[in-house]
Amino acid sequence: MSTAALPTDKPVRVLSFSQRLSKWDLKVSPYLYISPFFIMFAIVGLFPIAYTAVISFMDWDLVRNNGTFIGFDQYIWILQQPHFWTALRNTFSIFLLSTVPQLILAIFIAAVLDRNIRAKTFWRMGVLLPFVVAPVAVGLIFNVVFADNFGLINGILGDLGLPGIQWHKEPFWSHIAIATMVNYRWTGYNTLILLAAMQAVNRDYYEAATVDGAGPIRQFFSITLPSLRPTLIFVIITATIGGLQIFDEPRVFDQFGRGGAGQQWLTITLYLYDIGWGQWNFGRAAAMAWILFIIIVLIGLINLLITRSLVRDEGRRGAPVSRRQRRKEVAR
Amino acid sequence: MSSTTPPLAIVEESIPNAGKRRRGERTIRIRGARPGFWTYAILTTVFISAAFPLYWSFVIGSGDSSSLRERPWWPGGNFISNAITVMTNPAVNFWPALWNSIYSSFLIAAAVVLTSTLAGWAFAKLRFPGGPGMLAFVVATMAVPQQLGVVPLYILFSELGWTGQIGAIIVPALTSAFGVFWMTQYLRQSVPDELIEAARVDGASMIRTFWTVGVPAARPAAAMLFLFTFVGAWNNFFWPFIVLDPQNPTLPVALSLLQSNYFVDYSLVLAGVVLATIPLLLLFIFAGKQLVSGIMAGAVKG
Repeated sequence: MSTAALPTDKPVRVLSFSQRLSKWDLKVSPYLYISPFFIMFAIVGLFPIAYTAVISFMDWDLVRNNGTFIGFDQYIWILQQPHFWTALRNTFSIFLLSTVPQLILAIFIAAVLDRNIRAKTFWRMGVLLPFVVAPVAVGLIFNVVFADNFGLINGILGDLGLPGIQWHKEPFWSHIAIATMVNYRWTGYNTLILLAAMQAVNRDYYEAATVDGAGPIRQFFSITLPSLRPTLIFVIITATIGGLQIFDEPRVFDQFGRGGAGQQWLTITLYLYDIGWGQWNFGRAAAMAWILFIIIVLIGLINLLITRSLVRDEGRRGAPVSRRQRRKEVAR
Repeated sequence: MSSTTPPLAIVEESIPNAGKRRRGERTIRIRGARPGFWTYAILTTVFISAAFPLYWSFVIGSGDSSSLRERPWWPGGNFISNAITVMTNPAVNFWPALWNSIYSSFLIAAAVVLTSTLAGWAFAKLRFPGGPGMLAFVVATMAVPQQLGVVPLYILFSELGWTGQIGAIIVPALTSAFGVFWMTQYLRQSVPDELIEAARVDGASMIRTFWTVGVPAARPAAAMLFLFTFVGAWNNFFWPFIVLDPQNPTLPVALSLLQSNYFVDYSLVLAGVVLATIPLLLLFIFAGKQLVSGIMAGAVKG
């Protein structure tokens, strides 16, 4: 190329139409691609959330479909209701009875599945089977299992000469029954998540630990559990968000769906439904929804802190293994 | 995945007396070895606990009104007649419910896959101002409970006159923050940037690049997203229960009505449960493997 051609070339760098189109394409396309999601999301996701906050400060008139501003009155009303505190107690009770045993079981089953078993896919599918059954269906099935008269469990107890349990009268036993439904549906799901995390652990650690004479139980507590930390945090946060919203199972626990004659299994969302679509008070229902959200955020944060500190201790105990591991590596 | 399990037996042999002097040596468990009786005993117990409630509801659902009292362990002969009673009961609306569940779940899953793949592609592979911030915002909204939106949604749909219509459960579910997060994570890892640059250098437009590079790469994750969204939509109860009428329900809503109609006769209630569960059991038989690998893949990435 001759240098003489350059000066004439330089100043006239006109973009062709297709080049300009391409530039415009590059700039606009990303926004175009996210817009279907964001437009829908704004209408059915973001607007309702914001508007719930507005309604919660109002006395909503169902006939005229608008409200008058009354400040924090709806929140105060809810906090003064004994039913709210009962519902809060029941929700926590069911949440604890479902989350804690479920996670322990899930870790245990995942550890068993993590071994070098035959027919892996079959067993993995087996634990996931309950996941495809609708919560309402699970509720109806276990409702019969836990029926006060002639239910499966009370029948077996009767055969053993034991008195039947009043599943639908005693708050504690109704919580056990509902927590069993939740555990039935979700244990397998969480097992698979934890199993995936276990399989991601570097197998060299176990190798080194075996060589050093650590038994399977020691290996589990010193290697497996600390490695599960991020996954455990994820699972616990998810379980918190889902568990505190529980509605389907308590709703079908009897044919009336109002949490029992004495509010034995009334949960927060069940109460929200009753305020909103039983008493038709949308202002109070909206305030209830915000209270539920605040509770979920608070409990989620507390769980995050607890899990972090608990599993961090395990991590410290796990540290010597990696040191030994390094030593072994050097010896090789 | 299973092939990554190291053949530990070899390691063990290479250091024959390594642990012998230590106490408790006799039971070194080698992870590569085949586990024994107890492992399978535990797995069988787990499997039975998962399958038994479904089997047992078939047992009761195939009996009659007195079968709960008699506590049978084997199915009776009344399933077909119980099923017909449930299907033909005008208060339950079984057939409309089945049809509503099928088409609403299909539409929802298809729309979520479409919007999530497009948005996920943009977030994962295209750089644009505000992108990371918007993605973080979408992820944060995943923690917001469904209950926070139901009151305004109900007001909105009753203004539009949509309460009682299936559209009222389809429209709010057409997008999913989880779906966008899922597709973003997947596409970020599975498509090398060079591939996109190559397509652009060759003169492909953005949409062409998405179509020829993005869509084929997204297919496995999109299939899993479809499955999970379908199952979720099918099983969803809270919002459909609020906004739908008993005359035009989805299957879970119809199931909840079954109990108030037949609460004395558990054999009919459980026959209905079995009927409503069969479609998803069929799905599970064909796609259960994909569900398993979807959950496990999501766990590692998320």
